[in-house]
Amino acid sequence: MNTIILNYIYLVSIILFIVGLKRLGSPDTARKGNLIAASGMGLAILITIVYPMENASNNYTWIILSVIVGAAIGMTVAKKVKMTAMPEMVSLFNGLGGASTMLISIVEFYNYPSGADPLNGQMLTTVFALFIGSISFTGSFIAYGKLQGFLRDSLVLPAPQVVNSIMLLLNIGVGAYLLMQPELDFNLVVILLALSLIYGVTFVTPIGGGDMPVVISLLNSFTGIGAALAGLIYDNEVMIFGGILVGASGTILTVLMCQAMNRSLINVIIGGFSSSGGGTSGSGREEVVKEANHNDTSIMLKYSQKVIIVPGYGLAVAQAQHTCHELEKRLESEGVDVKYAIHPVAGRMPGHMNVLLAEADVPYPKLLELEDANNEFPTTDVVLVVGANDVVNPAAKEDSSSPIYGMPILDVELAKNVVVLKRSMNPGYAGIQNPLFFGDKTKMLFGDAKSSIQKLIEEVGNA
Amino acid sequence: MEQVLHFLGENVTMIYLLVFASFLGMEIISKVPTVLHTPLMSGANAISGVVIIGAIVLIRQADPGDFLVMGLGSLGIVLASINVVGGYAVTDRMLDMFKKKKK
Repeated sequence: MNTIILNYIYLVSIILFIVGLKRLGSPDTARKGNLIAASGMGLAILITIVYPMENASNNYTWIILSVIVGAAIGMTVAKKVKMTAMPEMVSLFNGLGGASTMLISIVEFYNYPSGADPLNGQMLTTVFALFIGSISFTGSFIAYGKLQGFLRDSLVLPAPQVVNSIMLLLNIGVGAYLLMQPELDFNLVVILLALSLIYGVTFVTPIGGGDMPVVISLLNSFTGIGAALAGLIYDNEVMIFGGILVGASGTILTVLMCQAMNRSLINVIIGGFSSSGGGTSGSGREEVVKEANHNDTSIMLKYSQKVIIVPGYGLAVAQAQHTCHELEKRLESEGVDVKYAIHPVAGRMPGHMNVLLAEADVPYPKLLELEDANNEFPTTDVVLVVGANDVVNPAAKEDSSSPIYGMPILDVELAKNVVVLKRSMNPGYAGIQNPLFFGDKTKMLFGDAKSSIQKLIEEVGNA
Repeated sequence: MEQVLHFLGENVTMIYLLVFASFLGMEIISKVPTVLHTPLMSGANAISGVVIIGAIVLIRQADPGDFLVMGLGSLGIVLASINVVGGYAVTDRMLDMFKKKKK
């Protein structure tokens, strides 16, 4: 009787997850969707804690205390984190979910009766859950480190493909060997755990920082699959279906992100920007940089009909989204039509720029997607590139030897003038030189994006 | 091997459902504007914290004297609930911004 009620309440939770995820896919309903999914989760947690269980010691103090501690930490961190640091936050949370799956699997191995044959569905599932949970755990932390910048891309493994293939085979081998033993050998569990943790590190380390969003999305789907596997161990429907939903949707999201960069998932995982290095431009442009000053730029902006701002990660780093919005308002008051062109993978994560500009209250209709923006560039007087690099790199169109060749870019050179706000001539995240900077129409405005824009606002006022 | 086959045989319905759930998950996501990729990933990430259910069941059934199990299990609950609560809160913060600017 009790389990029937439990299972039907789980069903309600699963429905709430599905409806929530569905609504998260559309801007108008997204926020409600998130709340719906959260309420499904709350319901599932509540019923799991209270439903009567046979032979249970319950240990309610431990459970309640742990939930409260976790919730308090999660809430505090979520409130404090800066909007610019969202991607790495998601990665960190994801790693913790993976760690939880890993811990549960360890306990399941530990609780397995000694002397029993480990070759069965339950142990097979536990082996997989331990493997996937551990990869997701260490992998997410490496991704976090890369996005935070304290793990450099220069940290390379010798022959990463070989290392990773060996690691994968070792993991499969040890997992299979563990199951073949007449009884469960906990030492082998420890070895498998260590190997899986290391594999998570070697899996993510060779992948370039610019590809981290894809990796995080992939690891996210791993965590989902891990949760589903843990659900199989406990025969728990809400875990199985919640996990599978995330696993499947995470995989699709990963593929969508790859498509936005015109690359395949395999290419991201195996190739990586880092291995191909800095392909030099073969376009034969003269490598002369024209420097702009704030005064000229502001006059040019003020007497333009149409200005399009192309934001990139530099805008996020400089926290310049509010200043950018001010400049936009200032120019609008001068009768200039100002819009933003958002590349799908600008910043560190798809949608990153939208979130930032939304934070600064930039109106939604001002944000142009890639295709619309490219249609508008020919009638644009000035394009202001704020801390973006690879997404405006013409090498993606012109230079077949370039690592980003084939990626759709914002064709800013169609506009009459291009002003690039940049701190220095250092290449972008992908480590590739950008021929745009040497283009005829391009001028460089060096300096921190925020203070540069600040100066532009003042000069527009003076001019 | 027999045991594994037995497991597969016993759980045919479950495996059917898993396959359907995978397709459902893919269908739900297939048409999403890029703008929403980050919040969606974050929201999905929060759902992957359902593993907390497993940790709770584990602790409810655990022998309170077994400190290894109690310790690891509780840590599992703490980590998963950071994932769940933090995940939903971060997603809500991101989406809050979308709403404000629409008006």
